[in-house]
Amino acid sequence: MMSSEFFTTWFLPGIWITVQVTVCAAALGAVIAFGTGLARGSRLWIVRFVAGAYFEVFRGMSALVLMFWMFFALPLFGWQLEPLWAGVSALGLTYGAYGSEIVRGSLAAVPAAQKEAGIALDFTRWQRLRLIELPQAWPEMMPPFNNLLIELLKGTALVSVITVADMTFAGNLLRLGTNETTPVYTLLLVLYFVLAFVITRGMRMLERRAKAGIGERPEKRGGVGTKSGGVGTKPGGVGARSGARGESLPAGPRSVGGGR
Amino acid sequence: MSAETDTAQTETARTDTAQTDTAQTETAQTLDAVADPPVDGSELIRFDQVTKRFGDNTVLDRLDFSVDSGKHVTLIGPSGSGKTTILRLLMTLATPDEGTIKVGGAYLTHEERGGKLVRAGEKHVREVRKNIGMVFQQFNLFPNMKVLRNITEAPVTVLGLSKDEAEERARELLELVGLREHVDKYPGQLSGGQQQRVAIARALAMRPRVLLLDEVTSALDPELVVGVLDVLRDIARSTDITMLCVTHEMNFARDISDQVLMFDSGRVIESGPPQKIFSDPEQERTREFLGAVL
Repeated sequence: MMSSEFFTTWFLPGIWITVQVTVCAAALGAVIAFGTGLARGSRLWIVRFVAGAYFEVFRGMSALVLMFWMFFALPLFGWQLEPLWAGVSALGLTYGAYGSEIVRGSLAAVPAAQKEAGIALDFTRWQRLRLIELPQAWPEMMPPFNNLLIELLKGTALVSVITVADMTFAGNLLRLGTNETTPVYTLLLVLYFVLAFVITRGMRMLERRAKAGIGERPEKRGGVGTKSGGVGTKPGGVGARSGARGESLPAGPRSVGGGR
Repeated sequence: MSAETDTAQTETARTDTAQTDTAQTETAQTLDAVADPPVDGSELIRFDQVTKRFGDNTVLDRLDFSVDSGKHVTLIGPSGSGKTTILRLLMTLATPDEGTIKVGGAYLTHEERGGKLVRAGEKHVREVRKNIGMVFQQFNLFPNMKVLRNITEAPVTVLGLSKDEAEERARELLELVGLREHVDKYPGQLSGGQQQRVAIARALAMRPRVLLLDEVTSALDPELVVGVLDVLRDIARSTDITMLCVTHEMNFARDISDQVLMFDSGRVIESGPPQKIFSDPEQERTREFLGAVL
């Protein structure tokens, strides 16, 4: 069985490395996702083209091969990356490409009527994006981003093949040392699951908060018994709202992160 | 939202308006102060040979018409006759395929450069567009902002008002539309009629010279229509804002309009004061249409 010494010297730091890689790659991926996703809605064709090309290229690349390339091939061009950063970059670049589709899709799903209301109030394009479109698209992005983040977490296991001592790397070492294959890999599975679960809870909380921020699930106040607020006002309000949305929706489905 | 509450609020709206009449006149005056030269009665909007097509369908066909400052003009006609398109062209939500539109003497979508008429840049369009406000059939309030911010955001961001000024203006307008106590709600918590009245306040907060009303009561339950129309009657009566109104509420049109334009197949087939159009139209087509809707 595994010794506690091994656990503290290899496994705990491994978990920490996995968390670090996930967080850093997610941060890089988020920047790329928003940058590329917004650029794909640009008025300038060249910007749209570059962003679209980036999306197509990096979506179609194997994260593992890209990681190898950055770790083994990039030094041939005179640029040696730390293994950890090679891994983070490869993951961030590929998952960012997927994320850009979520950003683009959620923005496209904001009803055209909202944009028109913004024009009628003489907002600039950027003001409309910042004040109207992004805040409304944001809660829609949460569930697909949750999926992607969990994919990314599991994808971080790839860094173990370029010598980054993450928890998969530690697990492999342990298996080699002890031959306890089944317990080791079961433990790894459970650990990834627990981390994924933590991510899901966090994203749910963000989603709830984002939705409250656009009045979809307003924070409770007054309660049921009060005169003008509360339950009585809801049905009419909600009905009117969905009606308002329904009619003004563009013809396409309101799917987020769907095909092009 | 129950019908009773809404009616009650309409009544509050009426009394409130009586009280804020002075504030109203001020609004009207400032409006002139803010706006460019044209004095009351001069030409404010001009459509010159405007054609708009959607695919093979010609919605507006070499349309000419003008609206004088301070006038209330109602556009009537069968659906698909191009009424809403006119409002959308004015709001720059659509661009004409041919012809030009002038607002307050300035081209809306064009600019004169070296004696030539070219497509205008966004800056020019926004400058001219500042004169125009619009209320939509589906309200189109911003669901991510509370009522107060729906109204203050554009005056602060676009016109550069201070937050305090904008909020003061918003509260005055909310009082005018009878929704003083709803400042802190999200649009989703209001009834359709209330949302539409917030939308009216939001448009007025920009102090436009022209207010476009695009079938503003068509999406409302019948019992909520009255409250919205009452608010608009108040505004028509107490400000000198120019109104362009597409509506199927013929009684309302008769009450507030100085002029009624009857549309059919992208052209104005008849125009005149409401008394004339509604009681003694010249065109057979107008008679037919009014017979069907009245």
